[in-house]
Formats: sequence, structure tokens, C-alpha cells
Amino acid sequence: MATQGVLAPFVHFSILDKILDLAKANSLWPMTFGLACCSIEMMGTGASRFDMARFGAEVFRPSPRQSDLMIVAGTINKKMAPAIQTLYDQMPEPKWVLALGNCAISGGPFKFEGQYGIVEGAGKLFPVDVVIPGCPPRPEALLEGIMKLEEKITGKRRWPVVTPPPLPGPSAAGKNCPLSPEAEPAGEGSTEKSQ
Amino acid sequence: MLSYLNYLNDTMPCLMAILRLIVCIVCILAFVGLNAAYLVWLERKLAGRIQRRIGPKEVGPFGLLQPLADGIKLMTKQLFLPDGIDRILYLLAPMLVMTTAFMCFVTIPFGEGLVARELDLGLLAIFAFASINVLGLLLGAWASRNKYSMISSARVVSQNVAYEIPMLLVVASLLMVTGTLNLHDIVAEQAGGFWNWNVLRLNASPLMPVAFLIFFVCTLAETNRTPFDLAEAESELVAGSFTEYGSMGFGLFFMGEYANMVVGSTLISILFLGGWNCPFGIFPGPHWLFLKLYALISTVMWIRWTFPRTTFYGLLNLSWKVLIPIALVNLLITGALVKVF
Repeated sequence: MATQGVLAPFVHFSILDKILDLAKANSLWPMTFGLACCSIEMMGTGASRFDMARFGAEVFRPSPRQSDLMIVAGTINKKMAPAIQTLYDQMPEPKWVLALGNCAISGGPFKFEGQYGIVEGAGKLFPVDVVIPGCPPRPEALLEGIMKLEEKITGKRRWPVVTPPPLPGPSAAGKNCPLSPEAEPAGEGSTEKSQ
Repeated sequence: MLSYLNYLNDTMPCLMAILRLIVCIVCILAFVGLNAAYLVWLERKLAGRIQRRIGPKEVGPFGLLQPLADGIKLMTKQLFLPDGIDRILYLLAPMLVMTTAFMCFVTIPFGEGLVARELDLGLLAIFAFASINVLGLLLGAWASRNKYSMISSARVVSQNVAYEIPMLLVVASLLMVTGTLNLHDIVAEQAGGFWNWNVLRLNASPLMPVAFLIFFVCTLAETNRTPFDLAEAESELVAGSFTEYGSMGFGLFFMGEYANMVVGSTLISILFLGGWNCPFGIFPGPHWLFLKLYALISTVMWIRWTFPRTTFYGLLNLSWKVLIPIALVNLLITGALVKVF
């Protein structure tokens, strides 16, 4: 958690702190703003198929004074950076930042030698709590990011981590890539790939 | 127990009066607080269902602990005072909104004798307190020195002034029929069955259902609910009058809105829908009032998640060009019929 001018508590009340953390983790109100295409995925996460509301995180507040979570969804160009910095500064503590997508993490595809237009990652402007890779990341990834943030706040994870099932077909990793020329179906059961 | 209470009442009336006062205050505070918290939960659940989502479900069973989490979070958030504000008014305004909502419940009866303080002018007292709510929003917006808040506060005031008129005109025509401002007597007159309710008293005025509709629309507008939520038009005015409010200041404004919704719905059920009377004249009791109250509140939420926001001109035109003329005609017809019969 980023702390701007908030002193550490004098006396620690363990159980009370845990309850407060639990409450904060379960009521993360994001700020309503999107920067680029990742924000479309953010909207999709709020909509009916993925439903952020299940975790109490659907209350998108339009005013930074009322929000706890800043989802930096997209490319930060240099012209936009002061505005985003202002929004971050306007949020009262405690506040958290999610960097959604490669642009918000490091500049993504717009980062190259001699580029002059974009800020290479939200981390250059303010501290970032959780990064969510992808271009753009799927809504499940954003939900996972929110759960990671909850884990960061409370120290406990809500659900066990889901490990993806192993890919079907031959075990050689290169052969599973649909783009490589060797990935042509060689008579095995993986012939349902459309050509 | 009852005889003991009677004995106490005879021997120490002063003590019993104080005890009654404390019990009433605690009950009202608990009722309003619980309603404001759990109506937010209900609204989020209903919104979810209407949009084919599930809504809050992970925080406690059915998401029932969600209001608790939100409340704790809002209270532990940094209390923030922006630069250049009027500090006293900025801190006072949310309390003003909440206090007036509490005050409305003093004269609202929830059943036979279930009232904190029965007043002969009970209805008038409720309207007096309910209109101070606007002042709270105006003061908060003015004190926070934000241009979006200012625009919003101008809108709130003109909207409330516009909708107070048809509301009071309708109430005036209703009072001609009931002949009393005492809410107890108004409900007692509607006893028997649903054909005795004021909304269906067609022999008194054939326009009674219209009056009910006008009152309902005005309540929507007075409590700043969609489609009349121009005060908090997120797409235009950031967060309206309470843009600069964080933590519990915002929480109080939010709870005040829901408390006012409860006041409005209770008033509708008492004035038009027979209060605590059963539709078929059997087993009258507070449960009927609560049933009507929450059915009305659910309707208000249903409207919110179904209709888009109107424009500001559409809002004012609806009041000045449609509702006020109809309310005036209603007043005339009711007056004539009361005079004739």
C-alpha cells in the first residue's frame, strides 16, 4: 500500500486491524476512468458475464474522493500523465493501484528506442500494487488481479489458485504452438484445429 | 410486566417519559440505519438481477455482510478536507441531510400507537423536515467550492422547488377528503378493505388514482432518484453535490438518500394505500405497512435500473406543464365534489 503522509499506527490491535483489513478488501470501489482499449475489458468485467459485483467491487465512483482503487487501464501518454497524477493525488488514503495491461505496466507495444509520446508504465508516476499482464488482459485476469490485491491487503487468499489444465496432444512444447509450421496435425487426436 | 409499567407510569411519569424518549430515539436510529444500509444491498442485488448479473454474493451469505464492509471502509477512510472550503458548513451539511431524515420518522406511525410522537399536524411536520433535505445538499455543494457541485446544487434546488408544488397541491386535495393532518386518523379512515383506500376513493374525487401517480412521481423527484437524478448525474457532473466528499461525509449523503426514500414510500403507503390496514380487512398490523413500504421501494429501484436519466428541461417541463396543471384540476374537482356532497 502506498502511504502518502499517513503515519504508522501507534499501537497495533491485531484482531481489529484484521477486521478493518477484511472490510477494506471486500469493498474496493474503483474509480470510473479508462485510458485505452484495456478499459473495454474493465467494463466487460463489470458487466453480466464476469460480474465484479460478486466481490463488492462494482461501485465505480466517479469522484476520486470516494474511490479506493485506481485501475490504470491502458496507455498513459505524456499529455495525460499530469491528469492521472492529479487523480491519484486526489484519492484519500488508503488507496491502491492496479496496472491493467502491458501499456500500464511498461509501455507495452509503444515502447521502442526513441519514442517520445508515452509514459513507460504507471510505476513511473506512482506506486503500483498489482500488475496484470496481457494485451489486453481478459476479464478473468482483472478479477484475479483484484483477488491478488485482496490477498495483499488481508494476507489471505479468497479462493485457491486455479492452475490451467495441461494442453492436449503431444508433450513437446513447440508442437503445440498453432503458429509454428511443425504444429500441423500429425495424425493424432488434435485434428480439430481449423485451417 | 404491563401492570408494572403502568405502576411506574403512575408513580414516576417523568422517568417513564424519559425512558420512552430514549427507546423511541434508539428505535428510530436503528430503523433508519438498518434500512439505509440494507436498502443499498437490496439495490445492488436488484440491479444485478435486472442486468442478468448475480450481484454481491461473496461477502457473507448472499453478500449480506457487504453493507458492513462498506460502512467500516467508509469510516476508516481518511477524513479529507479540501483546500479553500467553508469548514463548518462542509462538515455540517451531511449531518443536516441525515438529521432531517431522522426527524421525519418522529411523527410517522407504523401501526396502531406505534409512533414516537403523535402530532395533529404530523403531515405538515414531515413536509417541513423533508424540504430541509435540499438545504443540506445545497450547503454541502456550496461549502465544498467545486464547480460541478455548484451546478448540481442549482439543479437540486430548482428541481425540488418545481416538484414540491404539485406534491403539496395533491396533498391539499387529499386533505379536503380526509379532513385531518393527523396520520393516525388518515389511516383509520381507510380501514376495512382496499376499496376504502384513498387511492380508490373515487366517490370523493374521480381523479384519486391520478393524484396517487403524481405523488409517486414527485416523491421520485424529491428524493433525487433516477430518472430524475440530475443532482448526481455521473456522466455530466462527476458526483453532483457531493463530489468533494469522501469517507463518511459521502456515506451520510448516501444514507440520507435511502432514508428519504423510506420516508417517501411510507408517506405514500399511509396517505394512499391504507397504511397498516389489510387489503381485505383482516389482521391489520404493522406488517402490512412494511409490505407496502418495501414493495414501493422495490418499484422505485426497478424504475431506477430501467429508465435512463431525463434531460433537465424535460424534468422541469414535466413538472410545470403537466403535473402542476393536472394537480390544479384535481384540486378544483375535489373541492367542488366536497362542496356538493
